[in-house]
Amino acid sequence: MLPDAKVWLAKTALQTLIDRLRAAGYEVIGPRVADGAVTLGEVSSLADLPHGVRDDQQPGRYRLTMADDDSYFDHVVGPHSLKPYLFPPRTTVLEVLRVRDSWEARVPEPPRPKRAILGVRSCDLHALTIQDRVFLGEKHPDPEYAARREGLFLVAVNCSRSAATCFCVSMNTGPTVTDGADLVLTELADGFVVSVGTEAGARILGDLGKREPTPDELATAEEVPRRAATQQTRRINSATVHDTLMNNLTHPRWDDVAKRCLACTNCTMVCPTCFCATVNEVNDLAGTHTTRERVWESCFNEEHSWTASGAVHPTTKTRYRQWLTHKLATWIDQFGTSGCVGCGRCITWCPVGIDITEEVAAMEGGVA
Amino acid sequence: MTTPPLSPWRVGMATISAITPETPGTATYDLAFDDPTVEYRFLPGQFNMLYLPGVGEVAISVSSDPAEPTKLRHTIRAVGNVTQAIARLKPGDKLGVRGPFGNAWPVDLIQGQDIVVVAGGLGLAPLRPAIYHLLRHRASYGRVTVLHGARTPRDLLFTGEYDAWRIADIDVQVIVNVGSADWKGAIGVVTTPLANMPLTAAKTSVLTCGPEVMMRFVAAGVINRGVRTERIFVSLERNMNCAVGLCGHCQFGPSFVCKDGPVFPYDRVQRLMLVENM
Repeated sequence: MLPDAKVWLAKTALQTLIDRLRAAGYEVIGPRVADGAVTLGEVSSLADLPHGVRDDQQPGRYRLTMADDDSYFDHVVGPHSLKPYLFPPRTTVLEVLRVRDSWEARVPEPPRPKRAILGVRSCDLHALTIQDRVFLGEKHPDPEYAARREGLFLVAVNCSRSAATCFCVSMNTGPTVTDGADLVLTELADGFVVSVGTEAGARILGDLGKREPTPDELATAEEVPRRAATQQTRRINSATVHDTLMNNLTHPRWDDVAKRCLACTNCTMVCPTCFCATVNEVNDLAGTHTTRERVWESCFNEEHSWTASGAVHPTTKTRYRQWLTHKLATWIDQFGTSGCVGCGRCITWCPVGIDITEEVAAMEGGVA
Repeated sequence: MTTPPLSPWRVGMATISAITPETPGTATYDLAFDDPTVEYRFLPGQFNMLYLPGVGEVAISVSSDPAEPTKLRHTIRAVGNVTQAIARLKPGDKLGVRGPFGNAWPVDLIQGQDIVVVAGGLGLAPLRPAIYHLLRHRASYGRVTVLHGARTPRDLLFTGEYDAWRIADIDVQVIVNVGSADWKGAIGVVTTPLANMPLTAAKTSVLTCGPEVMMRFVAAGVINRGVRTERIFVSLERNMNCAVGLCGHCQFGPSFVCKDGPVFPYDRVQRLMLVENM
C-alpha cells in the first residue's frame, strides 16, 4: 500500500488498528471522557473512546452532551493537546549530587516513548509543526522534545463539527487534515475512510483495509470537514493581525481586557503552542541531591519577566499584551509562522470568557 | 534512531580563583574551568549562566578580556537569590558555568569609527571586554571615549584601570548622580557630558549599557547630534532562564534577548523601547 492510498475501515476494525499499534510497541493515546471533558489518555479498546459524545463550547463554557449513536469523533478538541506528550509539564533537565565541597552534574538520558495518538485534529497537527520550529530549530534543539517527537505515530481525524469557539478556517489550519499524520480518518455513519499519510502508516494498516472506499463514500467523506468549516463563526484576519496588534500597542483595549483578565494562566496552559518554561531547583532534605526541573511557565505570572530591576511586565495589561502580541504577531517574526492555530481552547477555558478573536477585532476598530 | 542533540543544560564546573571587591555589594570573580581540556572562548558582550546547586542560575556578562579567555571574570552585584549566595563564596569554591551565550558588541563593524562607550553603573561590566578589545586594537579606531555614570563616587566601577585606559589614548569621563565631601568631579547624569563632548556624528558609533531609561536618553542625545540610529548599540537586560531561546522569558517583541541579543542596533529596538513595559 502506498502513501495517499485510501481504504475503507469498518467501525469495529478500529479496534484492530489499536491492537496493531499496541503490538508494534506503541502506547495508544486517544480521546477519553474524564472529569466532564474529552481529554487525552491511554486507550486500549473502543470502549475507552467517547461514544456519541458532543461538546458544547462557548467562551468560558464547556459541556458534554450524549447522543444515542455510534460516533467516536463527533466532538472537537478538549483541554488537552499533544503538547504534554512532547514538552511535559514537568521534566528533569539536570541532576546534581553534592559531594563534600564539590558536586557532580548529570544530564538525564531523555525518555524515548513510542506513542500513537489517535484522533488528532488538523489544528493540533499544525500546533505540532509550530512546536517543531520552536524546539527543533537552530543552534540549540531540545533533546527531550526531539526524542519524544521521534517516537510519535499520528492517527488524525477530520473534524465533523466545529465548536462555536473554533476558528481554524481563518488561521488556515483546518479543519481538513492536509499533512503531518501517518493515517487520517474521516468518520462516516458505519465506518471510516482512511487516507494513508506515510510509509509507517501503511505498514501499521497492512491488510486491515479490505477494500477501497466507494465513490459515494469518498464524496461523503470529503463533505465531512467541509461541513465543519461552514459552521465556524469566529475568525481572525490572519493576514493583517500582525500589523493590527503591533500598530496598536497603546490601544485602550489593552486596559479594557486587563480589567476582565484574571491572569490565571489557563489560556497558556491549554494553548497547544505556548512553550514558556522555568527551571527550578528542587532539593532533597539532606541537601545532597538537587534536580533541576523544567516546569511550564506562563507570561501571565509576574516572575516570568522578573529582572534585577523588577518585572518587565508588571501589570495584567502588559502581560496580556505580551501574550497576545507574541501569539499572533511576533511569533511570525520569530518562527515564520503564527503561534495560533485557531483551536479556540483559550476562549473556552478562559474562566471569564475572554475571546481573542474579539480582542483583535476591537483593535481593528470593529468592536471597541 | 537519531542521536539526540546535546542538552543545553550541560554545565561545566569552574573554581573561583580570586575575588576582587569592586563597589559596595559588587565583586569580580575570577573563574578557572576544572576540566583543563575545556577550550572556552567568548566574544565581548556575551554572557554566561552561572550556577550554584540548590540555589539556581543567574545570567552574568563576562567582564574580562576576550583575548585572554582563560582569565574568565564576571563582575556581580549581590541583588537576587543566586547573586547573594555567590556573594558568600570564597576562593576555592565551585561555580557551574553554561555559556557563552548571546551576541557581541560589533567591534569589527565599528572599526575606523570614533567610539563613544556610555556605561551606567554596573553596565560598565559587559562593556569592559569591548574596551579591552579597543585597547588591544587601538590603531583600528578613531577617537575613543568612555563615559561612565554612577550613583555615587563609591559606585564607580573599575576605577583602578582608568589611568591605563587614558595612557592608551582613551578619554575616560566619569559623572555621579550624588557627590561626596571629597568628590571633585562632575555631578549629574551621563547625558550632560554626552551633549557637550566633541563628536563627529558621521563617523561615530556608540556602545551603551545601563538602565533602559538611561540608554533611551543616551540614544536620543546622540541622535539629536546626528549619529545614525544603526550606529548606536544597546545591551538589554531581560529575565534569562535557558539562555538558548527555548524558555520564552527574555522576549522583547520579535527578539529573544538571549540569542538575538543582548546587543541590538538601536534602529531595531527603538520603537519598542519607547513603549512602556514591552
